[in-house]
Amino acid sequence: MSVTLEINGVTHRVDASADTPLLWVIRDHIQLTGTKFGCGIAMCGACTVHLDGQPIRSCSTPVSAVAGKKITTIEGLTTNAAASAVQDAWAELQVPQCGYCQSGQIMSATALLSQNSNPDDDAIDAAMSGNVCRCATYPRIRNAIKSAADKLS
Amino acid sequence: MLHRIQARPTAQMPTSRRGFLKLMAGTGAGLTLALNTSVQASTASASLNSDGSFEPNAFIRINPDNTIAVVVKHLEMGQGAFVGLTTLIAEELDADWQQIRPEHAPADSRYNNTFWGMQGVGGSSGLANSFNQLRIAGATARAMLVAAAAQQWQVAVRDISVKQSVISHQASGRNATFGELASAAAQQKIPPADSLTLKNPADFTLIGNAKVRRNDAGKTNGTALFTQDIQLPGMRVAMVAHPPRFGATVASVDDSKARALSGVIDVVQIPSGVAVIGKDTWSAKQGRDALVIRWDNSKAFRGSSRQMLDDYHQRVQQPGTTARNDGDTVSALNTASKVIEATFEFPYLAHAAMEPMNCVVQVTETGCEIWNGAQIQTLDQGAVAAILGIKPAQVKINTLFAGGSFGRRANPASDYIVEATQVARSQPGIPVKLIWTREDDTRAGYYRPAYVHKIRAALDDNGMPLAWQQRIAGQSIIQDTAFESAMVKNGIDSTSVEGASTLAYQVPNLQVELHTVKQPVPVQWLRSVGHTHTGFSTEVFIDQLAKAAGKDPVDYRMALLTEHPRHQGVLRLATEKASWGSPLPAGRFRGVAVHESFHSYVAQVAEIAMHDDGTFSVEKVTCAVDCGIAVNPDVIRAQMEGGIGYGLSPALMSEITLEDGQIVQSNFHDYQVLRINQMPAIDVHIVPSAEAPTGVGEPGTPPIAPAVANALAAATGEWQTTLPLKGARL
Repeated sequence: MSVTLEINGVTHRVDASADTPLLWVIRDHIQLTGTKFGCGIAMCGACTVHLDGQPIRSCSTPVSAVAGKKITTIEGLTTNAAASAVQDAWAELQVPQCGYCQSGQIMSATALLSQNSNPDDDAIDAAMSGNVCRCATYPRIRNAIKSAADKLS
Repeated sequence: MLHRIQARPTAQMPTSRRGFLKLMAGTGAGLTLALNTSVQASTASASLNSDGSFEPNAFIRINPDNTIAVVVKHLEMGQGAFVGLTTLIAEELDADWQQIRPEHAPADSRYNNTFWGMQGVGGSSGLANSFNQLRIAGATARAMLVAAAAQQWQVAVRDISVKQSVISHQASGRNATFGELASAAAQQKIPPADSLTLKNPADFTLIGNAKVRRNDAGKTNGTALFTQDIQLPGMRVAMVAHPPRFGATVASVDDSKARALSGVIDVVQIPSGVAVIGKDTWSAKQGRDALVIRWDNSKAFRGSSRQMLDDYHQRVQQPGTTARNDGDTVSALNTASKVIEATFEFPYLAHAAMEPMNCVVQVTETGCEIWNGAQIQTLDQGAVAAILGIKPAQVKINTLFAGGSFGRRANPASDYIVEATQVARSQPGIPVKLIWTREDDTRAGYYRPAYVHKIRAALDDNGMPLAWQQRIAGQSIIQDTAFESAMVKNGIDSTSVEGASTLAYQVPNLQVELHTVKQPVPVQWLRSVGHTHTGFSTEVFIDQLAKAAGKDPVDYRMALLTEHPRHQGVLRLATEKASWGSPLPAGRFRGVAVHESFHSYVAQVAEIAMHDDGTFSVEKVTCAVDCGIAVNPDVIRAQMEGGIGYGLSPALMSEITLEDGQIVQSNFHDYQVLRINQMPAIDVHIVPSAEAPTGVGEPGTPPIAPAVANALAAATGEWQTTLPLKGARL
């Protein structure tokens, strides 16, 4: 079937079966590869994107469910103030190691800060525990979120 | 004077020429040996490239725009190769750090690991094996730039200084950038290595400098390229249906439903299963799901991991093959008045890197091109060449960032690369990306082996150990690999016993024995290898001995480490910083562990909280590390943090089990790994050192599980000796 999607402000028409996960439409059809495949069952968060501003796991979201909605990927964060603060804090605190999960981490962190400008540890745990990092950059992720929150306030 | 600080080879890799020869003989790759570990072997000629860049050796290209491409010979998988190796070159080159542009090296013997004689990295050897080689490479380039300036300006070399990529002659006020001198430098003779003066460590400006930072922009905006991200014209995507049991084979395949799907291009049977080749990932996945395969289980493994471990428990009751034998342990145990014993059990573990295994291969008439997060390029080239019947040099490898490895991408059999090649050869000329799902990654092997240890110790009247007998049972990682002749000696796979056979505690009668058991479950090294289990058993057991002796666990260790000042140094630093012995709030308890691996020394104090519901959580870890000269302090801290986090998963929750020959776990819901809400605060301290640098990728992992188990024992009075520990709050 033909599906129309708005990704990072650009309208795309793709030919994909209705059950195709949004992740593979983003990666294979539109060739935006910043959004990663990690588990395929919404257990690791590597595929996190924003759907109308809310973080979702694109690996478990069929493309038919998001037709006509606004999707933002890591590549589309350029105009988002919270995202810029997060990305700057990530660089400042040297968060990434292998880097594979970090797109998803940044999408989750940005969504958190968009809703809660001053998250405490419990709020960070709640928002970020769905994002696995096998390099265990967690202490730096926590500090970077707090640093970004400080800069935004 | 040449400041060459003797680099330490890794414990687990062959260091002799004979060892190299044996190692290489096993690869079948037929490659030239790098017997000379100096950079001279890599710098037969300098060249001026057509783009105007000056290439004094295989590691450096100085461009006319002043940027400096540094060719990184090892895989960047998160451990910091891109910053660590480039720092060595930039330091001796006196380069402006902002101008440094790291890039992965091609597969080429010029980029061999100087400890191994092949290209690859592991055993936390990346920085250690490069320390002299890359500083010499940088100093060579610097000398040629200076010689070019001296010639142009008609001044003496000794009157020229270099700082931040600018060459200056103070008396005349003349300056030139590296880029301006690039073409003239290319005309200079390459100086012999022994004519170069490397810096005195006191003069280092980048090594040890906290301001030397990683450029992570690509990893925060989605542009960093991993194997998963490779898109090539006409590329196809493949998924492979693997047998559900190790040893099972395909009896029959009905692929009619798969082939009926519009996105499925081909279905091929390969040695490791049935591959579906699609136009994209989802097509390949749907095609694979549509296959109807009947498996022949007649030769398949049908046992369970419980049965295996029960068998290992029986074996450790009996003597095994001797790995170390000091004094007369058996007599000492037989005559001692006090004997303590404990048995330890460790499950299989999956590496579970965030990027599931994958590989892009294009087989052409002239050779083969690969895109992969390749960790041992030489073995990968050899394995692929053997399948295709071509020469290793015809296998071009483009090494990409790896989304973690933890040893998995250093598979000695190049397993998933071979699989990708088997698929790609069925699609000649067309690039094929093999993608493993998380379920494939969890169930298709390879694993850290399961082990059982039994330790018995005899104590003297003061509670100090007179004898220590440790028996280990489990699979060999090295047997039947290219590394066997170099790393299995007298029936002992060094990776099965390392950390136990190298016990640092002074015990006059020490016996370590090994029962190597063959199993049909594929195994390989996982971050810190043998130390993943020996670090636990030895550090929990020494705590039990301290308790039996009525002594403080830190004092007890210190008394037994008087000949090991670096162990003592990290133990002292970690316990001081953790205020060992000071009162804790109610419900909080501390445990300690110290362990050397890969020539780096790490001590950790874990602080846990016991909760009202009987569960516990790890709240804080204080870590001290001695890894010689701290080339990049922030990377060291990051690797300690990451090593602790990686070790906490098997400590608290991760295990792979088999029932009826099948792997029970499949994905992150049942192979659980540490999440941010379970991560403790971590405080890392680095011991100042003038010793040659040693690795940090692995040594942070071994001490954390025993430190937590010892903290739990402080709370409950009992030591848990099976991993994962029971009672963790998840």
